Amino acid sequence: MSKTQSNATTRISSFVLLIIFLTLALSLTALILATTFFGQGNEIIAGYLLLIGFIGVALSTYVLFQTRRRMLRLRIEIPPIVTTIECRKCGFKSVREFQRGDYIFKEGEPCQKCNEKMLITAIYREVKDKEKTA
Amino acid sequence: MAMSSALQNGLIQLQLFEEYSWVFNLLFYVIFVVFIFYGQRIQMYVMLREVEGSLFKLKYIKDEGRKIAIETIKEIGKPQTDPAVRVDRFLEYFTIGPQSLDPAGVVWKLEHILDIRDVRFKDEVKLMAPATDDTQAHNLENTLEAAMALNFIYKIIRHFYLLGKKTLSLYIIMQIQMILPLIMREAEAYASALKAFAYGQPIGDGAGALVAAKLMRGHEIRKVPKDCVVATVPIEGRTTFVMKAEGPGGNVGKIGDAIKTVIDENEGKIATIIMIDAAMKLEGEEVGEVAEGVGAAIGGPGVDQFKIEESILKHHIPINAVIVREDIGDAVSPMRKEIFESADKAIERIKQLMLERTKEGDKVIIAGVGNSIGIGQ
Ligand SMILES: [Zn+2]
Repeated sequence: MSKTQSNATTRISSFVLLIIFLTLALSLTALILATTFFGQGNEIIAGYLLLIGFIGVALSTYVLFQTRRRMLRLRIEIPPIVTTIECRKCGFKSVREFQRGDYIFKEGEPCQKCNEKMLITAIYREVKDKEKTA
Repeated sequence: MAMSSALQNGLIQLQLFEEYSWVFNLLFYVIFVVFIFYGQRIQMYVMLREVEGSLFKLKYIKDEGRKIAIETIKEIGKPQTDPAVRVDRFLEYFTIGPQSLDPAGVVWKLEHILDIRDVRFKDEVKLMAPATDDTQAHNLENTLEAAMALNFIYKIIRHFYLLGKKTLSLYIIMQIQMILPLIMREAEAYASALKAFAYGQPIGDGAGALVAAKLMRGHEIRKVPKDCVVATVPIEGRTTFVMKAEGPGGNVGKIGDAIKTVIDENEGKIATIIMIDAAMKLEGEEVGEVAEGVGAAIGGPGVDQFKIEESILKHHIPINAVIVREDIGDAVSPMRKEIFESADKAIERIKQLMLERTKEGDKVIIAGVGNSIGIGQ
């Protein structure tokens, strides 16, 4: 069931792609025709063809970029998650990337300075504010 | 001479234009008529396209979720057989809620059904991944539940999309297209939740559990039903019973039962209950903002809230709530720095609340509500 669905979506998108390229080709032809009409001195027809050509090119490239952007947006980005480990004896603190098995208030890893057991005191992700300006 | 030739040239052009102008005129009318009669239909196709794009994205997210779940099972569960078949079957599980025509006692029925569901899920996870310890099993269960939610969202949207395509009814397509942005947000939230669960990372919803963990750190901890831990901590001259769901596995516990147990142990002599939970923020409110109010601050299906309200009513115990604001995306994705830092602010609020609302020597229950994934004690 889901297989047929995915086939349908890909077929439709390739169909749309075909239409986009067809429009693009037609608009380009219109532009070329415009130049020949211009050469012949038929400036008004040339002008119309120029208009149609430009609109066609603009539309098709816009739609093309839209679909491309949609594809790009599909990727799920993984925010970096950091683990802070502290030594309660000497206060040594280190920050590293999260590893599977880490949890807040986990004891374990020996301190690099005094060999005492260290404690994970924080795990969080830092969000770079780009869209969120509250 | 030159001027007359230019004039002549222009005249010829004008004639040519006149010859062709009917084409442009006709074109204009055709477009006009098409938009009058087919405007709505065109709009409908545009909407369908939009839904289709989102459906495509949802399918990708859902498949990714399933893949992560299976990979995690293979990695930590060490199953003998391929877990894919079992996972696919699990993703289709459903739960039928109790009949509420006669609402008396429906909470207990709901609780019973949820218990059965929980046991079933745990058994299923054990079968899928025999080599897991308790913490990992909890995390896997949460991972699978997130994958299940994604699967469900995908199927619902697909249903409306196909139905809309079949019936070509503007209203079917419209209603799904209108709520689509919200649904996509939720789906993305579940997708990041799934990753967090698979790795055992603390999530934003665990803000309450984090506050409790910070308070109970270094004190003797005992287990209370169900899947909760409680520690007796002296704060500001009061005896507090700090509780949270047992970590660091993904687990929300039954805080309602835990509160009831502690109240019964102290024969109802509790001065106040303070609940800390993550709560939905409105757009425009700051993430990690701490706010205060009254009432049982606990989400979920409502069973725990009901139980807490029952037990406090019996003994007339006042209940206060401290909440940490975050949106749905933050609540289920790995904990943001702002939320982590708000735990200390929440602790300050709790202390202030106790100083204002209780006397020295009083007994106070402090309940940190939320998923304790990635948060020990
Ligand atoms: Zn040290």
